[in-house]
Amino acid sequence: MRMPTTELAERSVMAGDGATMVDVSGLNVGFKNAKGLVRAVNGVDLQLKRGEVLALLGESGSGKSVTLRALIRLNPEHKSIVSGRIVVAGTDVTTLAPEAMQDFRGGVASMIFQDPGLALDPVYRVGDQIAETVMRHKKVSRQEARKRALELFERVRIPSPERRLDAYPHELSGGMRQRAMIALSLSCDPQVLLADEPTTALDATVQIQILLLLRELQRDLGLTVIFVTHDIGVAVEVADRIAVMYAGRIVETGPVAEVIRGARHPYTLGLLATRAHGGRLQGRRLRTIPGNPPDLASLPPGCPFAPRCSSVEARCREIEPPLVELGPAHRMRCVLGT
Amino acid sequence: MLVYILLRLLYTIPIALGVTVFVFALIHLSGDPMSAIVAPDATAEMVEQLKKSYGFDQPLPIQYLLWLTKALQGDFGNSIVNSRPVLDTLLAAVPNTLMLAGVATLIGFAFGCILGGLAGYYQGGIVDKIATGFGIAGVSIPHYWLGMVLVIIFAVELRWLPATGMGAGGSDAWQWDWEHIRFLILPAVTLSVIPCGIITRTVRSTVAEILNQEFVQALRAKGLWHGQVMRHVARNAAPTVLAVMGLQLGYLLGGSILVETVFNWPGTGYLLNDAIFRRDVPMLQGTILLLAMFFVALNLIVDIVQTWVDPRMRRS
Repeated sequence: MRMPTTELAERSVMAGDGATMVDVSGLNVGFKNAKGLVRAVNGVDLQLKRGEVLALLGESGSGKSVTLRALIRLNPEHKSIVSGRIVVAGTDVTTLAPEAMQDFRGGVASMIFQDPGLALDPVYRVGDQIAETVMRHKKVSRQEARKRALELFERVRIPSPERRLDAYPHELSGGMRQRAMIALSLSCDPQVLLADEPTTALDATVQIQILLLLRELQRDLGLTVIFVTHDIGVAVEVADRIAVMYAGRIVETGPVAEVIRGARHPYTLGLLATRAHGGRLQGRRLRTIPGNPPDLASLPPGCPFAPRCSSVEARCREIEPPLVELGPAHRMRCVLGT
Repeated sequence: MLVYILLRLLYTIPIALGVTVFVFALIHLSGDPMSAIVAPDATAEMVEQLKKSYGFDQPLPIQYLLWLTKALQGDFGNSIVNSRPVLDTLLAAVPNTLMLAGVATLIGFAFGCILGGLAGYYQGGIVDKIATGFGIAGVSIPHYWLGMVLVIIFAVELRWLPATGMGAGGSDAWQWDWEHIRFLILPAVTLSVIPCGIITRTVRSTVAEILNQEFVQALRAKGLWHGQVMRHVARNAAPTVLAVMGLQLGYLLGGSILVETVFNWPGTGYLLNDAIFRRDVPMLQGTILLLAMFFVALNLIVDIVQTWVDPRMRRS
């Protein structure tokens, strides 16, 4: 999934010419459990302009999904502590009343889930699940809502859409289910799309089709997209910018081309090195990052990546790594830049 | 789906036959069947004659086939106690039991769904602990004891409700008015406690499990109102809960022996209790066979309804 250099450069210039659609700063999310407080997200800043696509890249447990869910307050409210500024499409999400929050979800910002086999209600027809959402957000009749569902099915190119509207989720293939999920998430013309690993549960060939569809829809509809993934190839394919997360922090962020070719943070470099390069390096051992991600309930002082870092210094274990500007939009949190 | 129903019907046949064998064997399992009929001072000739007239001189398989043919035609023989056909007595008692068990199941189902729903929704909270406590108490309390306690409180002390029976005129004069429904309340409430507890626990675990599934988050993510999300949860819980409720109705049909006895309710349970004490074997056989067949039929209905409610099973 590597792209020619020129197209990468082109895309980062093209995007991001409008108003700020997502403005997150100093976001902290903690979950209370028996062990105490699990600090899932620690001081995340994200800014996206209209029509921009950001890939949030990280291992499982790095806080990328929690960050995404915080944008529509989907994390369990009584079990989590959220602080920081979250403004999406000009609305301050943190102070929204519960009813207004429900209008906001699906209407202004909607979400695509990792496994459409789990995210669609198994005992409702997919067409009804879309119509239900349309009727919830727009004052339309059942017939009109069904018509809208059919339009959407055609838009996401589900073959024989009329018949498929009456299917139950288990009667569709994985790829078709994810197309239906995409249709569902776009049913009420949202401005911001939150995609939580939408291709991870799919076959490799289907993955590409879904990515191409998402990119096409994003361009046609001018959507602002945050795309959570652990797959660098996927990030390169869809995103204008990449933000790499580790232990609930963004450790490096910048335009795709700069992060891929000019990565500076040891964790990003490690991730890039772990990629399998098709047949090119056949016979060579796959590189890995030694160690495991830290326990988020008891984070060590200093840089959370220090225990696994190959360029670790004494000060890494003492001070919070500073934010270093590497380019106009390229930043990282690491002492190496200072 | 149709194939499934047909197969399921086929499976029922051996079960039903097994039940008849067991019921038939009761005559011989419970001692010499002659001892209840024959007077202690009867001569050997008289015993031989009686044996012949009841068919006890034939080999067992023949006896079984003869008995089964008659039973299939609705002839369960005559009661030893009052010589009336067993079927007539049974047919008079069955509606009373159905009424009691049906009302008790409805009460248990309604409260079980409310308690279990709350417990599953507020899992781990104080509401959950109270509801689960109710559920465990419901399953654990012996219901004949509870029946007596309720009689002492509501019939003897407070004098709000009658203690026993079905009201003036017995079951023949039953009407759905307050004068008669008063008699139904205490036995139905007593009988509803066990299904209530079991349905509470089932609903609680089912709801809690469904709430943990990702599609509930997805429903919230698309902006549905809380009530709409809960409707989805209920639709997903329905097959499991309906199945448990159906089985409970089956247990209540057969298991109301003690409650019907405590409340003098003229149903099949009361009949059974009476037949046991009087060693009225034909009556015992007829009642058990009928109740067992109810249970088999109910299981069949539950299986089919459950399949029909769940689209994943219906369409495969």
